[in-house]
Amino acid sequence: MKKTVNHKAWFMVLPVLLLVAFSAVIPLMTVVNYSVQDTFGNNEFFWVGLEWFEEVLHSQRLHEALGRQALFTAIILLIGIPLGIFIALNMPKHKGLWSSVCLVLVALPLLIPWNVVGTIWQVFGRIDIGLLGYTLASLGIDYNYTQNSLDAWITIIVMDVWHWTSLVVLLCYAGLQSIPDAYYQAAKIDQASRWSVFRYIELPKMKGVLIIAILLRFMDSFMIYTEPFVVTGGGPGNATTFLSIDLVKMAIGQFDLGPAAAFSLIYFLCILLVSWAFYTIMIHSDKEAN
Amino acid sequence: MAKITLERLAHSYQKNPQRDADYALRPLNHVWEDGAAYALLGPSGCGKTTLLNIISGLLQPSEGRVLFDDVDVTTTDTAKRNIAQVFQFPVIYNTMTVKENLAFPLKNRKLDSAYIEKRVAEIAELIDITDELNKKASDLGAAEKQKISLGRGLVREDVNAILFDEPLTVIDPHLKWQLRTQLKALHQKVGHTMIYVTHDQTEALTFADKVVVMSEGQVLQIGTPTELFDRPEHTFVGFFIGSPGMNVLPGKVSGSTAKVAEHEISLPQNYQEHQGTIEIGIRPEFIRISDDTSGLLVDVLRVEDVGHYQIVRTQLITEGNTFAINVIVKEGVEITDGMRYLHFEPEKINVYVDSWLVSGGRDEEDC
Repeated sequence: MKKTVNHKAWFMVLPVLLLVAFSAVIPLMTVVNYSVQDTFGNNEFFWVGLEWFEEVLHSQRLHEALGRQALFTAIILLIGIPLGIFIALNMPKHKGLWSSVCLVLVALPLLIPWNVVGTIWQVFGRIDIGLLGYTLASLGIDYNYTQNSLDAWITIIVMDVWHWTSLVVLLCYAGLQSIPDAYYQAAKIDQASRWSVFRYIELPKMKGVLIIAILLRFMDSFMIYTEPFVVTGGGPGNATTFLSIDLVKMAIGQFDLGPAAAFSLIYFLCILLVSWAFYTIMIHSDKEAN
Repeated sequence: MAKITLERLAHSYQKNPQRDADYALRPLNHVWEDGAAYALLGPSGCGKTTLLNIISGLLQPSEGRVLFDDVDVTTTDTAKRNIAQVFQFPVIYNTMTVKENLAFPLKNRKLDSAYIEKRVAEIAELIDITDELNKKASDLGAAEKQKISLGRGLVREDVNAILFDEPLTVIDPHLKWQLRTQLKALHQKVGHTMIYVTHDQTEALTFADKVVVMSEGQVLQIGTPTELFDRPEHTFVGFFIGSPGMNVLPGKVSGSTAKVAEHEISLPQNYQEHQGTIEIGIRPEFIRISDDTSGLLVDVLRVEDVGHYQIVRTQLITEGNTFAINVIVKEGVEITDGMRYLHFEPEKINVYVDSWLVSGGRDEEDC
């Protein structure tokens, strides 16, 4: 068959091209642009190559922030995911008033804006007027998230678990709803233990949504900014200065545009890399299973 | 193995059932003989599954008792009843191999591993799945998966009964036929009591020694396939069994004469006078159509050729109502325009009062 040449067809891809340009390429390229240049003001820039990347990669400050970030995310995943599964397993299985009430109660924290969550916990934990802080103090427990690093960490972790475990619960609950009653009945007839029911029926059926839940929780917790910023502002000292808090300090506080841009790109690549690796492993294990 | 007795058993999903319609299962008494194959037949929503789940213990009946042999198990937990159940669609443990699936019920009962190994091999042989033992269960087709579900029931030597809840619904037609035959053979081999729920009369009639026909929560008749065919105790059983089902016509019966639309048919028996709606039922197989004007005059609507026989669809208009009458005619017989008269085989006519069969007697006194 003879193909006709018609370059007008290129106009057909124009809308997509424009969309991608505005949503991703242009904003990202401005960051890339800053990451390879330096300025002494007056809107004059000169080329520095990969210097900023080298500097950022070797900076103690970034390593420490990355370490804190990794620890935080690991703790959040280790608490949030099992807790979410546990709550989902104990929600009422069948549709009814009670299950609706549970769903609304569980979903509530998800509806609160990030900075409001931060403010709630900031006040909640204060030892002078906050319910939690005051109660702990009057029980004689030495708790002060503005001065003690461990207390600050505990506060932020509890806050994040409170705010986001609901997401895991909802996803797992949806996964559990897709299991027909016959599976539970067959398990009963087979005299399967509660653990076996979980291990061989519920967990395999939840696998798909769990992957999504873990991925979302990883990305969200790895990018967390607003809540710890409102509660601790990254302190005491640098104790809760996670990557994004550090990044904002660098970009807006110190106005180091070059290193901050290089930092952003590395940060972005980290998330992309881990998400991709995670996704590939999961897909691979899924194929093996089939 | 055990004899299963249902004593005044009834179930309602409502708290205070008042009318018959409030019952998902209306009160019934029945004994399932040990080692027999039963089919529970009825349209969707007639209470078959409710009855089955009561026997397996997944549901507590609101009234009555269930006995296994002479032990009351009404409140006994499913796991302790030692029954097996095969569900509408295959229930398998996807992450396990076929072998692990079959061994699972035995492992949960903490049996010796050498015994488990031996028993699983035996059952795999029995359900013809030995070649697939090491495959992931999720890799198999629906028919194989359903076999595994069945196998998980069979591995336990002490099962009291095996219950099937429309087990062939998701199986392809050609495999359906094959599995049905295997099930029948299996029943003869293992000799467990089997109760098979279905809405498909072919499945019920080929599988079971005795068929229980249900409708709207009520057991209408329990009998052998022949009994259901020859003497349906309720017009519904007549309709439901047979293809096409029994013809039911309004009529009057006095003594040994039945009258349908002024046409008189002499019956071999005498019938008492009955109050209520009188109907006569006759199967399409026992009606002859001809041009002999002594028969019942009907309008012939169409003739359907279904292979080795033809179905003649006719209608009778009487007292302003239209009644369909189907007639089965052998293949090769040509239905001409003049053939509009039906002749009934008197021996095969059943008389119904308010939908229930009444028997006549040779003499008036016998009734």
